[in-house]
Amino acid sequence: MEEKLREFFESNFKDALVREDNFRGQQSFYIKREHLVDVCQALQTDTDLEFKFLSDITSLDWLGDLYEKEGRFEVIYNLFSLKHKYRFFVKVRLPEDDPVIDSLTSLWMTANWLEREVNDLMGIEFTGHPDPRKILTPDDLEGHPLRKDFPLTYEVPQFSFNKDEPPEVIL
Amino acid sequence: MSTGTKRRTMNLNMGPQHPATHGVLRVELELDGEIVVKATPHIGYLHTGIEKTAESKLYYKVIPTTDRMDYLSPMSNNLGYCLAVEKLLGIEVPEKVQYVRVLLTELTRVMSHLVWIGTHAMDIGALTMVLYAFRERETIVDLYEAVSGQRMMSTYFRIGGLAYELPKDFDQKVNVILKRIPEGMKDYERLLNDNKIFRKRTIGVGVISPEDAINCGFTGPCLRGSGVNYDVRKANPYSGYEKFDFDVPLGKNCDTYDRFLVRVEEMRQSLRIAKQALDGLPEGPYRAHVPGVVLPPKEDVLSKMESLIFHFKLITEGFKPPKGAVYQAIEAPKGELGFFISSDGSNKPHRMRVRPPSFVNLSALPKLVEGRLIADVVACIGSIDIVLGEVDR
Repeated sequence: MEEKLREFFESNFKDALVREDNFRGQQSFYIKREHLVDVCQALQTDTDLEFKFLSDITSLDWLGDLYEKEGRFEVIYNLFSLKHKYRFFVKVRLPEDDPVIDSLTSLWMTANWLEREVNDLMGIEFTGHPDPRKILTPDDLEGHPLRKDFPLTYEVPQFSFNKDEPPEVIL
Repeated sequence: MSTGTKRRTMNLNMGPQHPATHGVLRVELELDGEIVVKATPHIGYLHTGIEKTAESKLYYKVIPTTDRMDYLSPMSNNLGYCLAVEKLLGIEVPEKVQYVRVLLTELTRVMSHLVWIGTHAMDIGALTMVLYAFRERETIVDLYEAVSGQRMMSTYFRIGGLAYELPKDFDQKVNVILKRIPEGMKDYERLLNDNKIFRKRTIGVGVISPEDAINCGFTGPCLRGSGVNYDVRKANPYSGYEKFDFDVPLGKNCDTYDRFLVRVEEMRQSLRIAKQALDGLPEGPYRAHVPGVVLPPKEDVLSKMESLIFHFKLITEGFKPPKGAVYQAIEAPKGELGFFISSDGSNKPHRMRVRPPSFVNLSALPKLVEGRLIADVVACIGSIDIVLGEVDR
């Protein structure tokens, strides 16, 4: 299957492919973000490959890592082919100052909530998402908890006797 | 209605405190009379940040937090996490461990489905079912207690093996389960399968076509209820599932009743696998021999200097997997449970992502209920079998 996929990328999306990677038998292809929707649509509709199942969307924050210059954020699309029983990953690196990527909701209904979660917890924006509300965290929470620079602090609870004092933050 | 008046819809909040939403799910319903025009699920009331918590824990310390996601099937979560870390490290576990894990996770599936069958039938009006289902569930909870000392949050699986050796009366306890549950299941089927009310409330309700089910990301019994043959145990076998003989039941009509039938048949198949695993249970160690990752035997720790050092170093420092990311999917009772673990070469996960089956299945709820009666919302929520602990994590 790796060969088939390589061929697919070589013949259709030669300029979209950045590099590929194989770890513990799991194949992943890094692509440029402009081509994401086209690549996924082609994979979904290809009669031979049939990657019709979007299993998961997740994201990584590479703050402080050696490869951060490739882009701080990494969005990972986990595609599964029911025909071949084969799973591989499409990965996209996004720069820190512009973490924006096209939404896949037009192709998969699954993408709706999964993208909302990535947006909420990692702060990656999906353009074209029909319902970009927060999903897991409270409405008044600022920041994106899964980012590595989100402060892991403890706030003193506010009671009636200390409600006028500013909240003390313990690091 | 006179001309000029506008037809108005009513908004109704179902939940977060509602017995039929199985926890703290809030569904915002826009109603036209009794017809649901629009349904918007709101989640996050139980968000505890388990994925973030994992980033500041040593690898083996994450296992107890996985119990608390899908708290009706803790051992499935343990298995998913342990397999993912084992894949990351590239280690193999002994055959006996594989068999015990298969046996216990299959009984976990039965346990989870028993809670589901009880609560789902209770939502629809068959109030006695929950008593019968919990009566049989008790036998499995007893087994949990015997192997791990805990009735619910077992934390029995470890990276590279199991926490303890099996108890002496393990065979006997499993045999009790294998005998009691099929007897109980006869009762459930007598109560429900031809029950007029149950059939009226479920047949033709919450229909979703196979194409839509795939597009919505349905997995587990919900997907198979729509007739799509995808079971992780068959598609990408893990933990030695290829050695066991079992069938994957499929539905035809894609409705709530078919999802019910699929789950009931699945319980039977799970018991079949459990029986095979018990009969073929090999002798051997209950942990792999991987120094630096798996704890040395306790006798050695008490008598040998090197083992004591290994033990101490592993507990205090943990182990450091190579840099890379793996995804391991297992067939949990609710569907495909995936653990994506990214390692940056340190002794803590760089990122742990859980692909929760309930979360993805729940996102398709509006598709199931829109255009139907408000009473069907309860049946549909029950039939996709959500656990909010896992949806929100």
